[in-house]
This record gives sequence, C-alpha cells and structure tokens, in this order.
Amino acid sequence: MTEFRMPSLGADMEAGTLVEWLVKPGDRVKRGSVVAVVETQKGAIEIEIFNDGLVSEIVVPVGGRVPVGTVLARLDGPAITPAQAAPPSLPPPLPAAAPPPAPPPSVPIVPIATAAPSRQPASPAARRLAGERGIDIQRLRGTGAGGAVTVADVEAAAPTVPGGETGRRRAGFDPAAMRQAIAAAMSRSKREIPHYYLSQTVEISGALARLERVNRERLPPDRILPAAFFLRAIALAMAKTPELNGFWEEGRFRPGDSVHIGWAIALRGGGLVAPAIRDADHRSLDELMASMRDLVLRARSAGLRSSELSDPTVTVTSLGDRGAETVLPIIYPPQVAMIGIGRIVTRPWVVNGAIEPRPVVTITLAGDHRASDGHRGGVLLAEIDRLLQEAETL
Amino acid sequence: MNEAEAKTLVLDVLSSIAPEADLAGLRGKVALRDELDLDSMDFLNFITFLHQRTGINIPEADYPKLSTLDSAVAYLHR
Amino acid sequence: MSAATGTPAPRRMTYREACKQAIRAAILADPRVFLMGEDVARYGGCYAVTKGLAAELGEARIRDTPLSENGYVGAGIGAAIAGMRPIVEIMTVNFSLLALDQIVNSAATIPHMSGGQFAVPLVIRMATGAGLQLAAQHSHSLEGWYAHVPGLKILAPATVEDARHMLQPALDDPNPVLIFEHVMLYNREDELEPSITGVDIVSAKIRRPGRDITLVTHGGMLFKTLEAAAVLHEEGIEAEVIDLRVLRPLDMATILGSVARTRRVVIVDEGWKSGSLSAEVAARIADEAFYELDAPIRRVCSREVPIPYSAHLEKAALPQTPAIVAMARGLVKGG
Repeated sequence: MTEFRMPSLGADMEAGTLVEWLVKPGDRVKRGSVVAVVETQKGAIEIEIFNDGLVSEIVVPVGGRVPVGTVLARLDGPAITPAQAAPPSLPPPLPAAAPPPAPPPSVPIVPIATAAPSRQPASPAARRLAGERGIDIQRLRGTGAGGAVTVADVEAAAPTVPGGETGRRRAGFDPAAMRQAIAAAMSRSKREIPHYYLSQTVEISGALARLERVNRERLPPDRILPAAFFLRAIALAMAKTPELNGFWEEGRFRPGDSVHIGWAIALRGGGLVAPAIRDADHRSLDELMASMRDLVLRARSAGLRSSELSDPTVTVTSLGDRGAETVLPIIYPPQVAMIGIGRIVTRPWVVNGAIEPRPVVTITLAGDHRASDGHRGGVLLAEIDRLLQEAETL
Repeated sequence: MNEAEAKTLVLDVLSSIAPEADLAGLRGKVALRDELDLDSMDFLNFITFLHQRTGINIPEADYPKLSTLDSAVAYLHR
Repeated sequence: MSAATGTPAPRRMTYREACKQAIRAAILADPRVFLMGEDVARYGGCYAVTKGLAAELGEARIRDTPLSENGYVGAGIGAAIAGMRPIVEIMTVNFSLLALDQIVNSAATIPHMSGGQFAVPLVIRMATGAGLQLAAQHSHSLEGWYAHVPGLKILAPATVEDARHMLQPALDDPNPVLIFEHVMLYNREDELEPSITGVDIVSAKIRRPGRDITLVTHGGMLFKTLEAAAVLHEEGIEAEVIDLRVLRPLDMATILGSVARTRRVVIVDEGWKSGSLSAEVAARIADEAFYELDAPIRRVCSREVPIPYSAHLEKAALPQTPAIVAMARGLVKGG
C-alpha cells in the first residue's frame, strides 16, 4: 500500500484544488504517469505519480481543496511487471479431454472497450479528447465521415465529469492568485534572505560568432538563441560551485542532488513561473535549447508538470534582447541563489590595449549570505565568464 | 501563396503565439515585437511556425524583413 | 518576396525550359557534368528538353546513346564512380524498367557494398505519368517503386522553380538521385523568381496553407490538387496542400505537423493504390499520428488498370479534381 499525496509545487504552495482525476480505482499506474490535474496559484498543473501500482481508492474527490501532504489516493501492491499482469495463470498443458469449465472468478470482469456490436464510431482524436474531458462518447451523435463522432462533436458536448465546468481548465489560471503567490514568495525572500549581489560583464563575441555560424546551416526549428549558451555555462559552473546550488531549510543549507535550473518565464498577460530543466549540467547546448522552447510553449498554455515545478535548485532569469541591461534578482526561497542575465549590448572594450566595440552581457548573481559568501559567488561568475570565452567547446 | 493567404497565415501564427492579443487592430507598419511584446523565444517560434507552414527556410539574416505585419506578408508572398 | 528596387523582374518560362536551363547551367559550371540518353543530342530529347544544347555545348557533353537502357545507365554508374557527374536521361519511367538491374542492383548498392569507398554521384532524369494518350506502355507512374529502394534518393519536381533548381543539389549529392518529370508539366508556365538561386532536396513544401484538411500529393497531381483546394475554398473548406517534392526519404515532419493541425488527410497520387507510395504515406500517418486523426485517411489514386489509350477512358482512369474535392468534402462535412 502506498499513499499518493498532494505534492508541494514550490515553497509558497500551501494547498491545491483537485480539478480532475485521470485514473480511477482499478487502473494500473506507472511511475511518471500523469494521474491528476491540480489547480494552484501557478495554474492547472498535471501531477505525476512516483510509484507503480494499482489505484485502490480515490480519497479526495474532484473539487476538493486540500493542504499539501494530504493523501489524495491509495495504491496497492509493488511494481507490477507486464508479465505478472497477464491473465491469472496459463492453463496447464491440455489434457486429452476438455477440462471442466473454470469456476467464475471472484472478481467481476470489467469488459474492455473493444468492438461492441452497436458502438458509436469515433475518431481517434475525438476519443482522446472525450477521455480528457470525461465525456461518454457513446452518448454523442456523430457528424463525421461514416457518422463518426469528431473532435467538434466532443467539443460541443456537455461534460459529464461531476462538478466539472468545461473539463480540464488547461489554460485557466487566476492571474490575481498568481500575483498573490509571487507577492508572498518575494516578501518572504526579502524578509528572510540576506542577499548579496555580484555582477560581471562578459565579452561574448566568440559565442555569438559560433551561434551565427551554427544557425546559418539550420532550419528554424533547430536554431538556438544566445540564452542557451548562457544556460549551459551557468549549469556547468553551478556543478562546480555546490554551495550555491540547493536550499536553505530549517536553519541550514541542504545541497541539491543535481543542477536543476529553474528557468524564469514571463507569462503573457502577467505573472511568472520558473519550471525546472532537470540535470541541466548534463545537457548539451541543443538539448538545453529544446528544453527552453518546450517549457516556454507549455508554460504559456499552462501545461506544466508537477516534477518541473517542485524542485529547481537554482533559478535563472534572462531578460532577452528587449530587456534592461542589468537585473538584480530576488532569490526564490528556499533556494540560495539566483542568476540574472541582462540584454546583450555593444560597448567599448579594451582588446590588446586598444578600444574596440564588442558585444557584452552583464551576468548578475544574487546569493543567500547565510549559505555562501561573496568569494564563492565571485568564483562562480568567473567560471561562467571563462566558459563563455571558450564558446567553441561549450 | 497570394497576398491574402500570406496575411491569413501570419495572423494565424501570431494568434497562436500571442493568443490574448487583438490582432484585428494590428497596424501593418509597426514592429511586431513591440506591438505584441514578443521576446526572442516568441520571435523564434514565429519564424519556426512560418517555416513549418510554408517550408520556406527563413535565414537569420532575413529576420529584419519580417519585423512588421506588412513586411512579413510581403516576404512570404513571392 | 516582393521585388525590391533594382532586382531583376521574375522571368516567365515553361517547366521544359526550366529543366533545360538547369542542365545547361550545370554543364557550364562543372567540366565533370555531361548528359547522355536516347535521342538527346541530334533530336533534342523525346520531350524536347535538350533541344539545341548539343549545338551549343558540343556532343561530348550532350551524348546520344544506343537504344540500350541497361547499357548506358551502367555506363553512367561507371562514369560517376570514376569521378564524373553524369546526368542520364531515360525517355520515360516505363523504359527505365530495362535498366532496373543497373539502378537497383548496382547504383543503389555500390556505396553500401564497397563500405563507402565508392560514391555513385549519378543523376537519372525521366518522364513519368499519363495524360497524352500514349497508352499503357508509355503512361505509368512508377516513381513509387523506386521510392521503395534504400540507397536511392527520389525527387519529383512539380513547379518551375523546382524543375530549375533541384538538379544542382542532386548532382552535388554523393548518392544516385532519380528525378521524375511528369509529362503534363513540361508545357506548364510559371514565373521564376531570380532572387531564388537554389532549393533543398530534403523537405516537403506546403503550397497552400489551410486548417481543415491536408491534401498530400506530388508531381503532376499538384495542380489538380491545388485546383481542388480552390473549389473547396469556395465551399468554406480550407485545404492545406503539401507537395512532397522528395519521395525518398519522405519528410514526415511536415506531413505530421500538418495532420496534427488539420486532423484529416487525403493522399492524391497518380500511381495505383496497391503496394504504393500513397499506401506508405498513409501507413506512416496512421502509425505516428493516429491520435491526431479526426477522420479516416483516404486516397485518390489511379484506377487499378493499365492506363487506357482512348481519351475518355484515360481521363476516367486518372485522379481528377472533382474526385479530390468529393473525397475531401466527405471527410470534413461527414455523411
């Protein structure tokens, strides 16, 4: 028996509302499956489960608002492998005469949804949508080819989930609630965390030259942005500076298990989320770029997963090419550092004793002085600078 | 692709990137990135979606040619 | 792109002329390039693509061959291995069957069997398709057969732009590349934009964007499919038209991306249905985009008969615009 609890999706989360169950008692789940959708101040988040097993009981019904840590559902049994999940036992080798009919199993057999004689045809996409919205497709009248139920038919149908309004509110989040969450986290940070700030201006002509060369040979879906270089350098430097990578909890520092970078994404229409790029120091430039693109698209359509929100070990914000030149970030508790990247600007730079225009960017570190000292922060920034000077091998 | 189709395509792609924006009121000659508050990732997605919908490989050097609604339509409408 | 001041105006030309200019430019640019085939020099090619080129470029670069497809395709393979960049013209795909051994057993396999020691940078051009009342031995669309074979790259230029620009990247490719020119396209005219100086031989192209249904096609069927999309537009159905351009390897990303948006797809192919390229595209969509589909994958292909000689029967055997419209309409509007 395992218990599936309301996860914490950040230090500022106290409670969440169960919007939708994607499993029901009797369903088999695997580690990493999305089993429920929870509405938080960060929007509707898909919650993953961390055990294999069989759902035995749903404890909190749809619509319930419960504190972090509350048991949401119970699971039976250890991990079940597909081999074990096969029919109870294979019959022994057939005797010459037919065996007597087996006694009816004590567990009622749930008919599986295969060809029933009069079933309503439906397109694969319509079935998926109906499943997401808890709509019984057999009730619907199809208007598609061959009388099949289409996506449009499902969209036009009333949802059948109890208490549901329009099924899963994927894009629905409450901007006022998010503002409150940001206010709470930032107030706590400035109240509790003694910040120190360090900044370093880094010359990046080498990185930009490589970027331009790489992008020239690539189609748009595979192109990279300067932020990917910065992120890669920061991830590698963080791995060498563990004092800045982790959490301040209960009066002491707990290092992170790996470098999970929270990538700050401004939501259109206001608000901010910082989902995690896990094990960022083990990802290549292209992998980091792909992660950033994926997170930005999903953050803005509110399709983030619980594992992405719960455990960044450090947060990075990049202002982009329409931002300010320098940012002094506020640490997201209980993390102990945050790194800011300003806008790339062309500035006079001394090269071999002469002044030349060069592209530069200012990288800023906000450190928690309880967990580290300015010297370590300086080492981190110097390492980021060094890595960016070796952009060809980054 | 004729001009009307190119315009429909550009507006369709923009609406997927900036769903909250009122594209009906979008002026043709102002910079899209300022008007719609597009960051560099948004703009790269704009280029990527246009590429995926048309097959045109839009090199980085051509990005300035797609900075406004009118110029982007002209670029696609060849 | 709208012409900026000072850039040359687009030039109007036929698909045939675009093929010819491509050959001429390739030969002038690289001493290793030459073209050979039946009746290409003195007669000017059975579809007149090379008319006048022998006089201009000399018979060393535009070479007539005996009527022996297996012989001169083999000579082309040898020349390619030896460092030349041959363009072999075969009159039509029907006759290329005489050279199947050279194309499938030699050209496609030598780079593999030599462990990469020998590249075969050979280009074979041939006409394909029906519509000129040339009957069952001169009208078939067999490019899908070649698209079955690993080691070959298969191109199907449908537009004047592709006819003009696909040849050079095909010559630059170290693998044997087959280019299929549909016979009904040779007289088609379009404007060639001078600022476009090259195309890729990797991607499919969306020739018309639309949100309601995807029509996947190539070669000679492109214009009937675009016509169908225009009719559908009048009915309020926005069809997206994909020109495959490259039949092997297939650009599935473009197809799947489109299907994910429109959720419906019709494949239009002048080949027959059984065991065909259209079947392959349909299978891959079903495999990789099943849950995106809101309607069955349908096909509009030639009737499963040898293409007839008589004009009305030939027309009836080939995919026509009304059939494409009806198929698409049925998937979007139901019934």
